[in-house]
Amino acid sequence: MNRIGKIARRTFLVGSATIVGGVAFGYFMYKRPVANPLLDDLAEDAAALTPYVKIDTSGITLITPRADSGQGAYSVQAALIAEELDVTLDQIRVDPGMPSPAYYNTALSAEAAPFRSTDESFVANSARGAMDAMLKFMGLQITGGSTTVPDSFEKLRLAGAVARETLKAAAAQQSGVPVGDLKTANGAVELPDGTTLSYVSLAPAAATLDPVNDVALRNPATWRLIGKEMERIDIVAKSTGTQAYGIDFEIDGMVHASVRTNPRRDGDMIRYDASVAEGMRGVQKVVSVTGGVAVVADNTWRAIQAVNAIEIEWGAASYPDNMDGHWQALADSFTEDALDTRKRDEGDVETALEGAEVIEAEYRAPYLAHAPLEPISATVRVTDARVDVWTGTQIPRFVQTNVARITGHDTDDVHVHVQVMGGSFGHRLEDRVVREAAEIALEMRGVPVKLTYSREEDMTHDDTRQIAMARGRGAVRDGRVEAYDLGIAMPSVVASQMGRQGLPVPGPDLQIVAGAWEQPMSIPNYRVSGYRAPELAPITSWRAVGASTNGFFHDVFLDELIHAAGADPMEERLRLCWHDPSRKTLEAVAEMSGWGAPLPDGKGRGVAFCMSFGVPVVEVVEVTNTDSGIRIDKVWVAAEVGTVVDPVNFENMVQGGIVWALGHAMNAEVTYSDGMVDQLNYYDYEGMRLYQTPEIMVRGLENGDHVRGMGEPMVPPAAAALSNAIFAATGQRIREMPMNKFIDFV
Amino acid sequence: MKLTVNGTSHDVDVEDDMPLLWVLRDELGIKGVKYGCGVAQCGACTVHIDGVAVRSCQTLAADVDGAVTTIEGLGTPEALHAVQEAWIAHQVAQCGYCQSGQIMQAASLLSDIPNPSDADIDEAMSGNLCRCGTYTRIRAAVKTAATKLQKV
Repeated sequence: MNRIGKIARRTFLVGSATIVGGVAFGYFMYKRPVANPLLDDLAEDAAALTPYVKIDTSGITLITPRADSGQGAYSVQAALIAEELDVTLDQIRVDPGMPSPAYYNTALSAEAAPFRSTDESFVANSARGAMDAMLKFMGLQITGGSTTVPDSFEKLRLAGAVARETLKAAAAQQSGVPVGDLKTANGAVELPDGTTLSYVSLAPAAATLDPVNDVALRNPATWRLIGKEMERIDIVAKSTGTQAYGIDFEIDGMVHASVRTNPRRDGDMIRYDASVAEGMRGVQKVVSVTGGVAVVADNTWRAIQAVNAIEIEWGAASYPDNMDGHWQALADSFTEDALDTRKRDEGDVETALEGAEVIEAEYRAPYLAHAPLEPISATVRVTDARVDVWTGTQIPRFVQTNVARITGHDTDDVHVHVQVMGGSFGHRLEDRVVREAAEIALEMRGVPVKLTYSREEDMTHDDTRQIAMARGRGAVRDGRVEAYDLGIAMPSVVASQMGRQGLPVPGPDLQIVAGAWEQPMSIPNYRVSGYRAPELAPITSWRAVGASTNGFFHDVFLDELIHAAGADPMEERLRLCWHDPSRKTLEAVAEMSGWGAPLPDGKGRGVAFCMSFGVPVVEVVEVTNTDSGIRIDKVWVAAEVGTVVDPVNFENMVQGGIVWALGHAMNAEVTYSDGMVDQLNYYDYEGMRLYQTPEIMVRGLENGDHVRGMGEPMVPPAAAALSNAIFAATGQRIREMPMNKFIDFV
Repeated sequence: MKLTVNGTSHDVDVEDDMPLLWVLRDELGIKGVKYGCGVAQCGACTVHIDGVAVRSCQTLAADVDGAVTTIEGLGTPEALHAVQEAWIAHQVAQCGYCQSGQIMQAASLLSDIPNPSDADIDEAMSGNLCRCGTYTRIRAAVKTAATKLQKV
């Protein structure tokens, strides 16, 4: 441990001058990646310490490597460390740190491995372990997949505990008091006589010690922070206009750029004429970038005005010009050749449907933009010695590699400073803006260049959610669902997204069936098939990814069968569900909503269930069929997450996710005409606004063994519950989003 | 041209048609006011001119005919406005990018209508987009702020 501790300090800590004379702590043991990480021996192997706690004369800094796009990730990460370190949240600063393979995301693998979250078998757990090793190898420091809490829950508490015990060891050495007689509170070690030694004063001594790694985590019954209502560390800044985002970044000598690239997403730029733009006030330079052209000016607005004044001839796109072509590609993919997975195939669907009265339905879900309110931006400065990048990103390691390739620097000389993000929802898993900023900055060596997209450019190049189609066939018998056969066709999100990072992803893509194939339901004849459509327009992870469309398909089709069987929607879901924590989630919502009580005329309720990211979520939506359209009155939500780390943030996230999911289901789609995105601003891409927002009642359940993240799992059931509620209120079954194509909303 | 922002007078040399938003952000370095859409669809750029909420992205610099107040002039972390106190008490923000505009819009609403009904809140606040979906907390915070302001 000595050797490794020292190596770790040199490798990870001493690189930064700010820590000289201070100390940094971390805790994270992992197997050293070897030639074949899948064959790693679980037993003794190299261990390394990674820094999450930095203490120097200026105070205590907690490193929070998962990005904050509004989900409160910095606060949650800080609270987990602070719980064991015995500091209060107003005593610390947070810093996202620099990209490092040490900060890889272990929890993502649980989602990537092809096993149901409910499958705890040996095979499933060992495969997840193998995926861990793979992710480690790749150094995926990614924020996504609702993994921040699951990934951090033990790791960061251990980091806090290691730091605390090492500081106590330093205090023991200094005072001569045995470690066992020392206590810690409020950022200090307390001696039995009441004397306190602040962590900051102990830091130089602690720096000379090997970290005390033999620590135990505290009993949850003693938690001061976890599970209690916390004040987010950024809440005052975000209520006073003092929170700086990536778009607000300032540095001396900075110039402003804006860009236009081919709205036919993967087409070339044939030629451009910038003669007007070049003469406009404040314009400093016109620069070609991959697929387009940028203007550098002395002000953001002038850069946007000038780039819009350039006349450009665009080449063609590789994907179909209009939506008919995109939908046709999906419709043509329900074939044995395009079959990607059939991981659920129980009973005998074909035999069960033979001779039965077959219920058939087809469902559609459109492309959707992420459209976070802060337009994307990146500031890049290229010098001979180094490159600095300031941007809001969920993938700092990829950014580092891609920028290094563009500028010709070593990866180690590219310094990525992750900025606070004004929303993401998956948008900042893409790094196009950073690559373009690097191309421009390369033409402006020594000068920091901030590239800001106009809203229109951001909408044009918002790699959307997948477009998806599903076909269901089913039958009922004796008031029960007897046969359920669902085929889902979509292009592969993973292939499109990873393809832009130059990473081939061989094998099937489970996102094509995520939120459908792994539902803990027991139906006598039950089949879910994924069909891989060809790559169409660029797509990426959009909040809840595959489950964002499949949760709608799977549950609405189930609801149709339940109605055909004449069963109660809640009772039949409970009867079909074999997974105890999921059943408790259904029961919780039934109780919260008073399910079964008679409703006044014109009102209807729908329930929907979806387990995604390991979280069973049940939602009941209540609507009123008014003279001017459907009004959404109330939503009840229960979600099983193991431990609710911060009840306030949990409720806010769930309420916001419901607004997100219902708003898009009602109102939003992205379409292509002539190969170009039609929706360029919020006037033709509206989510929900305040006047449409229902009351939303939320309950977090803690019956499960695993701690889960809640960034996404509330999304998949929402559109289904809405469709089911509209059916209950009106008798009209809506099988396609956005629903306002078929029914008016108040 | 001359602009008074948060009580300070500034001389700026800009085109007449530069939106106030960009004068504030890029010429004066006042960053609490946000760019979201540029076409008065999201409300992130909301500021007050003589106490009335306006969309600064659609207000041309040459047309500014009164004193401008941005979120920084409404209150500070050390001296919060009642609306900001309510926003903190309800922990409204997620990403927070829209919240400067939401708060400025709410402050303007409450100076017009000290005790707004749900319908008043819906009408005044629905032009301000929040992509994180914090609307239920915005509603509650507006009511808390109204109560607090009426007690003063």
